Amino acid sequence: MYKKRPDGRKFDELRDMEAKVGIIRRADGSAMFRIGKTIALAAVHGPRELYPKFLQDPSKGILRCNYNMMSFSGSGERVRPGGSRRSKEISMITENSLYPVLDLSEYPGAVVDVFIEILQSDAGTRCAGICAAALALADAGFPMKDLVSAVSVGRIEDKLVVDLDKEEEDYEVEREVADIPVAIMPKTGKITLLQMDGICSKEQLSKVMEIAKEACNKVYEVQKKALLEKLSQ
Amino acid sequence: MNIIQKHIHALLEKDQRLDGRKFDELRKNISIEYGISPKSAEGSAKVRLGNTEVVAGIKFEVITPYPDQPDKGTIMAGVELLPLSSPEFESGPPNIRSVELARAVVDRGLRESGAIDFKSLCIKKEEKAWAVVIDVYSMNDEGNLADAIGLCALAALKDAKFPKYDEKNQKVVYEERTNKGLTLKELPIPITIVKIKDKILVDPILEEEEAADSRLTVTTLEDGRVCAMQKGGKGPLTAEEVDKMIELSIKKGKELRKVLEKSSKEK
Amino acid sequence: MGELLVKDKDIVVPGQDLATGMDFLPAAGTYRDNDKIVATQLGSISLNGRLIKIIPLNGRYVPKRGDTIIGKIKDMNFSNWFVDIGYANDAVLSSKEISVDYIERGADISQYYDLGEYIVAKISNVSKLKLIDLTMRGPGLRKLSEGRIIKVSSVKVPRIIGKEGSMISMVKELTECKIMVGQNGLIWINGPDGNKEVIAVEAIEMISEKTQTSNLTERVKEFLEKRIKENV
Repeated sequence: MYKKRPDGRKFDELRDMEAKVGIIRRADGSAMFRIGKTIALAAVHGPRELYPKFLQDPSKGILRCNYNMMSFSGSGERVRPGGSRRSKEISMITENSLYPVLDLSEYPGAVVDVFIEILQSDAGTRCAGICAAALALADAGFPMKDLVSAVSVGRIEDKLVVDLDKEEEDYEVEREVADIPVAIMPKTGKITLLQMDGICSKEQLSKVMEIAKEACNKVYEVQKKALLEKLSQ
Repeated sequence: MNIIQKHIHALLEKDQRLDGRKFDELRKNISIEYGISPKSAEGSAKVRLGNTEVVAGIKFEVITPYPDQPDKGTIMAGVELLPLSSPEFESGPPNIRSVELARAVVDRGLRESGAIDFKSLCIKKEEKAWAVVIDVYSMNDEGNLADAIGLCALAALKDAKFPKYDEKNQKVVYEERTNKGLTLKELPIPITIVKIKDKILVDPILEEEEAADSRLTVTTLEDGRVCAMQKGGKGPLTAEEVDKMIELSIKKGKELRKVLEKSSKEK
Repeated sequence: MGELLVKDKDIVVPGQDLATGMDFLPAAGTYRDNDKIVATQLGSISLNGRLIKIIPLNGRYVPKRGDTIIGKIKDMNFSNWFVDIGYANDAVLSSKEISVDYIERGADISQYYDLGEYIVAKISNVSKLKLIDLTMRGPGLRKLSEGRIIKVSSVKVPRIIGKEGSMISMVKELTECKIMVGQNGLIWINGPDGNKEVIAVEAIEMISEKTQTSNLTERVKEFLEKRIKENV
C-alpha cells in the first residue's frame, strides 16, 4: 500500500512548474521549462538547409531533435558527454511527439533543428524536454495546430500518481512501479507520446490515461502563460 | 572583405567601435549567477557578458592519484560550444575551438596559477584523491566566449561544495553535500583582445571577432602576473602589440575580478 | 450564428479557439476546424469585419514576389549568384538580371558581386517548390558598399517602417542616418558617425521589441531626442 509521497504531494499533484520563452537570442525560438527540480532548455534553429542532401524531403521540411544532458545535470555521477542510446531514443520520441502539430510543407528540403539540453535532472526529463521544445517552436513562430504538453504519470503499488519524482522512479526495487511518460495535444486530448516502464492492468491504464489528460492540461496552462508573457519580458 | 568589416575599419579610423564602446572598454552588462543547477551539480554558475551567455557545472570524482604525485588530486576542464547557442555551431564531438578553450583558457589558467591546492584534494595518499571536473557550455554566442567561459569556470568553482566520501564503502555519496568548499588561492581572469588593422580592442563582439586579424587571450592574477596566454587568428603580432595587450589584460582583468568578487559577496 | 471568443489585439497561442459558428472567416495564422476558428501561431488578433487574422510575434521570413530584400552573396557559378536571404533555400540571381548592359559569356562575374557582399534586390518570382529568383533591375536596387547590417525578425518590418514609412523616416531624420529596411528583416544603416548609427540601432531594437505598446511612435521619438542630446 503506497501511503505517502516522499515530498508530501497528493497523488494527483504535480510539482511546481515554471516556463519562459525567448531566452536564447541567437536562436529562432527558445524556451526553458522547469518541473520540480528538472530543468530543460530548448532552442530552435531553422528552417535551414539540410545536409547531407539525401536526407532532404522534397515535399516538406523535416524536424530533427537532439536531446542532450549536460555533464553536471545527473543527480549522481557525472554524465559522460556525447550522448548515449538513451539520448538517441529520447531525441526520436521527441520528434514524433511534435510532428503531429507541425505543418512543414512550406519548407521543402529544409530542416528544423530543435536542441534540448537538460540543465538539471530530477525525473521527468524527457517530458520536460518536450514541453520546452513545443514552447520553443511556438516562440519561433512556426504554424502549429496546438501545443504539446507532456508529463510522467504512473502507478506505484495501488495508487495512480502524477509526475513521479526521482525517488519514486527508483522504487522499482522495493515496490511495484509503472512509469508512463505521456504527451498530448491539449485541445483534442490526442496522444503524441506514450511509453511505459513497468506493469499495469488494462483497467488501471484507462484510469491512468484520464489522469494523464488532466495533468497535461495543468502543464498546458503553464506553457500558455509563458507564451502570453513573452511581450512583457 | 565584406561591408561590415569595411565599416568596422572605417569606424576604427575615427576611433569608434561598432557598438559605441571605447577600444579598452568591456561590455556594460556583466552578471554572474550562482547555483543554477544546485541539486545535481556540486557547484554551478551562469555568466552573462553583454549578450554572450555561458553556464558551468562542477562534478567531483574520485580517482587514483598519479604515481609521481601520490598526495595530489587534479582538475579536468571541458568546454562544449552547443549548437543551440549559435547557428554556426554543429552537433557532434567537441571541435578544435572547444578543445582550445578548455585547454588554453580554463585548464591552463587554473593549473598554472596554482589557484587550487591539489594537495587539498587528497583523500588517501597513493590510493584516492578528488578530481574536480569542470564542464562549461555556451548558451548564446554574441562574441568573446573565451572570457565568459573562463569567468564562469571560476564562479562555478567558488560555488562548489565537496560531496561526502564514504570511507567504509569507498564511494562518493552525492546525495550528501558537505559544507566544505574549494579554497581558491588565486582568481585567474582571462581577457581577450583582438587586433583589427592596427587597432587593439578588448572584449570583442561577434562582428569584431570575424573581422579580427589576430587575437590574444591573456590570463592574469591580481598581482599582475601572467599565468596563461593563447594567440589565435592567422595574422602576426609585433612585440610592442603583445606588450600593450598584456598591459590591457592586467588592467581589465582587475575590473572583471572585482565583478566576480562583488558577486560572490552578494551570494 | 457564432461567437467571437477574443478581442482585437489579444495575444493568442497555437491551438487556441478564436470563434465559434460560421459567421467568421479564417485568415492568415488561423484555420477552420469544423465550427471553430483556431489560431495556428503565437501572435495578436487583428479583426477586419468578419475576417480574423493573426499578426505573428515572430517567424522566419516567407519570400513573396515583389518584396525588396537585402541578401548576402553566398556562392556563384559562371552565370548565377546564390544569395542568402534568410530563408531555408538560397535565392538565385541570374547575371541576366543585373542592371549592367551586357555581360560576356564566360566573363568573371565576381567583379560585379563577390562572395560575402550584400545587395539590395527584388524577388521576381517564387516557384511552387520555393525556388526564389531575384532581380537587380529597378530603382534603388544596388550593391551596398558602406555601412552596417543588422538583423531583426521579419515580422517586425511593417512596424519598423511604420504607416507610409513614418516610423523609419523619423529615425532617419533624427539620427541623420541612411537606412534601408529589407522585407526579410535585414537592415542597412549608414550614418555620419558610429555613435549616431548606434542610436539608430537602439531605436530599431526598441521598436522591434515593443511592438505592442501604445504610443510607440511618441516613445521612440522621445528616446531618440534624449539620446541625440546625450551624444553631443
